[in-house]
Amino acid sequence: MRKKKIKIMIDGREIICFQGQTILEVARKNDLKIPNLCCHPDLEHSQSCRLCLVSIKDRKGFFTACSTKVENGMIITSDSPEIKKLRKINLEMIFAQHVESCRDCMRSYNCQLLSLAEEYDLDLGKFSDRKKDYPVMQFGSAILFKSQKCIDCRNCERICKKQGVGFLEVQEHGPFLEIGPCSENNKDCVYCGQCIVHCPVAAFEEADSIKSVEAALKDKKNFVVFQFAPSVRVSIGEEFGLPYGTVVTGRLIGALRELGAKKVFDVSVGADITTIEEANELLERVRKQQKLPMFTSCCPAWVRFVELYYPKFMPRLTSVRSPHIILGGIIKKYVAEKEKIDPKRIVVVSIMPCTSKKYEITKKELKIGELNPVDHVLTVHELACLFKSHSIDLNFVKEGKLDQILGEPSGGGVIFGASGGVTESALRSAIRKLTGRKNARINFKKVRGLEEIKEAEVKLGDVLLRVAVVNGLGNAKRLLENNPKQYDYVEVMACPGGCIGGGGQPIPANPAIRKKRAQSLYEIDKQKQIRLADDNPVVKELYEKFLNNKEVVHKVCHTQYYPQQKEKIKIIKQ
Amino acid sequence: MNTILKLKKANLLGRGGAGFPTWLKWKLVKKAKAEKKFVICNAAEGEPGVFKDGFLLENFPEEVINGIIIAMKEVGAEKGYIYLNPLYFEKHKNRLKKIIGKTQIIIFKKGKGYIAGEETALCEVIEGKRAEPRNKPPYLSEKGLFGFPTLVNNVETFYCVSKICKGEYKHARFYSISGDVKKPGVFQLPESMTIAEVLKTTGNYPNFDFYIQSGGGASGEVLLKEELERPVSGAGSITVYNKEKTDPFTLMEKWVDFFMEGNCDKCVPCREGLFRLKQMIEKKDLNKDVLSEIFFSLSEASFCSLGKGAVVPFRSFLKKIMNIEA
Repeated sequence: MRKKKIKIMIDGREIICFQGQTILEVARKNDLKIPNLCCHPDLEHSQSCRLCLVSIKDRKGFFTACSTKVENGMIITSDSPEIKKLRKINLEMIFAQHVESCRDCMRSYNCQLLSLAEEYDLDLGKFSDRKKDYPVMQFGSAILFKSQKCIDCRNCERICKKQGVGFLEVQEHGPFLEIGPCSENNKDCVYCGQCIVHCPVAAFEEADSIKSVEAALKDKKNFVVFQFAPSVRVSIGEEFGLPYGTVVTGRLIGALRELGAKKVFDVSVGADITTIEEANELLERVRKQQKLPMFTSCCPAWVRFVELYYPKFMPRLTSVRSPHIILGGIIKKYVAEKEKIDPKRIVVVSIMPCTSKKYEITKKELKIGELNPVDHVLTVHELACLFKSHSIDLNFVKEGKLDQILGEPSGGGVIFGASGGVTESALRSAIRKLTGRKNARINFKKVRGLEEIKEAEVKLGDVLLRVAVVNGLGNAKRLLENNPKQYDYVEVMACPGGCIGGGGQPIPANPAIRKKRAQSLYEIDKQKQIRLADDNPVVKELYEKFLNNKEVVHKVCHTQYYPQQKEKIKIIKQ
Repeated sequence: MNTILKLKKANLLGRGGAGFPTWLKWKLVKKAKAEKKFVICNAAEGEPGVFKDGFLLENFPEEVINGIIIAMKEVGAEKGYIYLNPLYFEKHKNRLKKIIGKTQIIIFKKGKGYIAGEETALCEVIEGKRAEPRNKPPYLSEKGLFGFPTLVNNVETFYCVSKICKGEYKHARFYSISGDVKKPGVFQLPESMTIAEVLKTTGNYPNFDFYIQSGGGASGEVLLKEELERPVSGAGSITVYNKEKTDPFTLMEKWVDFFMEGNCDKCVPCREGLFRLKQMIEKKDLNKDVLSEIFFSLSEASFCSLGKGAVVPFRSFLKKIMNIEA
């Protein structure tokens, strides 16, 4: 249905917009600034912060721009002395909830609250800090909830519910209803980190790994290796003011070298191996018609969701490890041997768009002998902070190149960062394997894009493979509860849009930004000469020289699943 | 004459507090086209000093239920609800069930908090959600309970409907009188009576210096004894305070605690504004400028009428009793 065009006026400016839009949407589209903290395009408006108040001609009172729909001829004022006064009072009260700890805040250089404080000339001493004695809690090894910074907008609760988890909930604390972690025994966090991305004031943060990485870098005994996930190259530029979706692969590598990396690898190469292993497993299961649909397992939040809430589906998960775990194993086994480095000296740091990866690396079943494939996980956000504290600016850094012992990824490995990428890459590989044709099908456009559930039917020899690609855990939950048997292969990524919308990605993130990040990944794929994991020469070499027997392949590339239990919530500070 | 016209002729205004013309509310729901409609009797009554709905449930439950049934027929609702505060629920549920018999009226226990009695929040509660007020529009007459047109009226309103339809309506209302009085209780008297007349007629007019709160023992406006030549407002309550014996800070703290306990904590002005107000009352440090800012924010920027209305008692009390104009 085409939306009707209408004309409104905001602060004297005539604007053509569409019926059904809210005043705030129209203002945002037209670069008119109406302050707001709680409104996020991923969520229904909650109207809690009351900052986006505007007045409308011939209507009594004030209206929240986030919830009020435009009407033809509407004359809106977004900036009168009264409105300013109301915003100022509300901001002062919000500020008095939020205990400022700007020095150790991840967002201090990009803080909406601070810039509003300046703009509205707040009296920050008017009220005492209401939440100064509130605790800091840690969920698993992944997420911090600094409840003394919370401004009660409840975006976290709403996104957690949307994710089908509902771990964060509104609880009674004295006369207040406030956010807290659920105490029910069967409900736990899956560490997707969407609360972080949707919190306007950094009350949620990733659990800090910067300190341990810095310590590792300082210790000369260590051989510190960095590897970065597919989506990082199209998002980290944002932390340095570059346009959304700017590809900064070379600069990222250069910056990591400046930081002190002994070697830099691309997790997308690991993704190529994941692809091959997963395509094999898929073909095998389809041939035997067993354990279908096969679910992907690259996303640790999704895996934890299954292990925690739906253990009966564990056998359906592919046994293939996630790309950075595979590559970490290859670094500590293959690279170590080739370059004659004691693997115990190697510290592998993964740069991930993800908070759940911090949890994944603690899983015992992923150990190879005594070795942890990956030692530390930094989110994109954390790496940017680390760069900044070392005065490394992606705008000026010299471009670098990957260490060639683990080569370059195929295009298929790079698109792992967007929802549908794993599927597309695995389909490329499966069809190649089945047909043996050099010019086998490469593009599967039906599985691309940000829609929450995408479906496709793909001819795999005699079989019509029924594929579903899901992003957002809430959608995955619905699929599990309805009828997963209508599919043969299901990709699930916990975060909206896949890893490009991950909990460790730069803030803000919204549908438009995620779209740009995804587009850049597909552009990289399009430009690549080698788009199929199987054609990647370094991958071929790895299979010849290292992954050449079942035992090694099993140890390095496969895993098992176990029912999980609720982890104890750590109170760090009270 | 059809029912809605009768209500219009009787000029019946809602007795829950807001005073909206009942006939108009009914007409809107009746007019709405939908496969389902609901009628809800709001018996959430929970403000200090207001207890007339409890009195009606105790003494005239048949009339109330008759009013609900008339409404269901008139607007075309298959199902009705009586939404009772927990105390009334325990006390009256069995008797109400007996009277209801086979009619499709469900007895529902109210959610926690004063806000759970607000008409949109109560729909949320019946739907199994947290008690939070909804955005208006859409109004309940368009999209109410479970998204269907819904009529919500107060217990007393339904009582009056029954009386009007029987031709027994005498333009009376039920006054809850409490506080420093000799004969607290519920009294049925003409709705046109002034507060002073009500107090005198019921033998409650004090012989000491006093002020009153009209229309709710928390949200009602404070009136001095020379301001009583007017009818009572809101839910029809009169709370009398002995000026000499009432500690201003204790009284204000009682109000602020009530609102803080009873609100939904969703929006900044109500959650934070009331908290800051409480702090100032506790410290007995009433900074006029800060007070006036908080009141401005509460009355203009709150999400719902709870926050907007919370200003009324404080502003009037501070001005009239404490000489602080904020």
